[in-house]
Amino acid sequence: MMTVKQRYALRTGVRLAAAVAVTALFLFPIYWLFMISFKTPEEIYSFPPKWYPGRIHFDNYAVLFKDGDAITVWNSFVVAGVSTVIAMFLGTIGAYSLARFRTGGEYLANWIISQRMIPPIAVVFPIFLLYVWLRLVDTYIGVILLYTAFNLPYVIWMMRGYILDIPRALEESALVDGCTRWQVIWKVVFPMCRAGLFATAIFTFVFAWNDFIFALVLTRTEVATYTVQVTHYFGGQSNFWAKISAMSVLGTVPIFIAVAFMQRYLVRGISLGAVKG
Amino acid sequence: MTSLSATSRASFGERNFKYLLIGPAIFVLLLIGIFPLVYLLLVSFQGITMTETSTDFIGFANYTQLFEDTRLWEALLHTVIFTVTALPLELLLGLAMAQLFLERLPGRQIFIALLVLPVVVSPIVSGATWSLMFNHRFGPINQIIGWIWGEEVTLLWTISPHLVYPAILAAEVWQWTPFMFLLLLAALANVDKSQLEAAAIDGAGWWRTFFRIVLPAIWPVMAIAILIRGLDLFRLFDIVWALTKGGPGTMTETISIFTYIKGFQQFETSYTAAVAFLVIILLSVVVMLALKRVELSR
Repeated sequence: MMTVKQRYALRTGVRLAAAVAVTALFLFPIYWLFMISFKTPEEIYSFPPKWYPGRIHFDNYAVLFKDGDAITVWNSFVVAGVSTVIAMFLGTIGAYSLARFRTGGEYLANWIISQRMIPPIAVVFPIFLLYVWLRLVDTYIGVILLYTAFNLPYVIWMMRGYILDIPRALEESALVDGCTRWQVIWKVVFPMCRAGLFATAIFTFVFAWNDFIFALVLTRTEVATYTVQVTHYFGGQSNFWAKISAMSVLGTVPIFIAVAFMQRYLVRGISLGAVKG
Repeated sequence: MTSLSATSRASFGERNFKYLLIGPAIFVLLLIGIFPLVYLLLVSFQGITMTETSTDFIGFANYTQLFEDTRLWEALLHTVIFTVTALPLELLLGLAMAQLFLERLPGRQIFIALLVLPVVVSPIVSGATWSLMFNHRFGPINQIIGWIWGEEVTLLWTISPHLVYPAILAAEVWQWTPFMFLLLLAALANVDKSQLEAAAIDGAGWWRTFFRIVLPAIWPVMAIAILIRGLDLFRLFDIVWALTKGGPGTMTETISIFTYIKGFQQFETSYTAAVAFLVIILLSVVVMLALKRVELSR
């Protein structure tokens, strides 16, 4: 007969084993992707497949930098970065208006978030036709403008939630102390929801960084992002595997680092603010 | 006189401050939200194709073509199939994982942090990763199946008609189950402990407790998770594009892939506009209805 303590230990042991198994299962594809990027071509095309490279080597990355393909990671950084800054500014002041003055009521707020849910392909098609006419295809401005617009609903929606969390009394006392409305926003609201601003900015950046379909349609060569570049290696010759994996890793590592800094806000960020986590 | 005008100007500014703040955002959203709609409507009544550049209006021809286009309705059907298979799988697996990690466990935070990673990988990258994994000769999937089966297997995951759906689903479920997991874990952690204890004292079994107490408590979060994922699945593009490009033939073509091929590979500009217009209208109705039912805002 087991004691309660023994039974608890056994239960924890079983749960721990299950946890390890599940985690290994979910990490395996990521491991496989990273591992291929460190292999030599012979190792990639060995049969049966090898589960780890003989030694870590960086030739696959060196090729990307030598050929200039790695510039697409920089392009991703520019368009995601600039669009995040613009969307964060416009979105946060808009969110303040929705949160504090109830501008447009629930209807406007719902319309804004519904803009986020329209399939990108249906939006990007007419935008593409417009951009052809305005000569904005394959330009930074064109891509940044679309990413800004695409991320605005998210920023407004998230920041509205974070601003509603701030006690109103602080702003009122700042107004009584003679601050202008703008000063209240800069000196009270922004600092008070700093963590929310930071988390929302990271998510906004990640959404733009990870986007494929907008970039596929609106870029050609000049501002092609890393996601588009990855697909350039598809099909055709199979010796592009090294490039697919190395380019994917270059695009994925920054995201992993960013996410590591904001574990606390992850649930709120991906649930559109519905779950405070 | 001066003081009076100053006061009225101040109150004018005060009254319009809220519009000044939201104005720029609304402007950008209208540019991207309303303009495409109007422009799509316009183009969809024209007859522009790769060879035909005339912008004469041709009436409803593109819209009648919509109803006769079996490829379009099949693409819609594929999209629905992906949605109704992936969504329950992600939900159930996510729920099971959330149960596993709900109580104290050594290294719990590290496990959760690692399990989150698939969610933030770009979908096109996860599609690419899975296409490497599914390669019939140099990928590990067939190798592992071979170990279990006892002899070498050559399953053409991204080519064979009866394997492409499982392959796409595997990638999709891998990427988004952690999303469900995270949300449901947060929801489960917020279930009222005293109610659970009361149920235990009353001798209610696990299933009874789950359906009577836990499920109603986590339902609001679950509904939001289903809504977000359902809408994401409806615009499924990247993972399918990386794995099959809609093939073999048009077997895995989703509505997004169909629209892309029509517009950017076959250049049926006006017809694509009609398709895109249909998609936007369809989705807007669904979203508006869903937002009414789900408590996404407070």
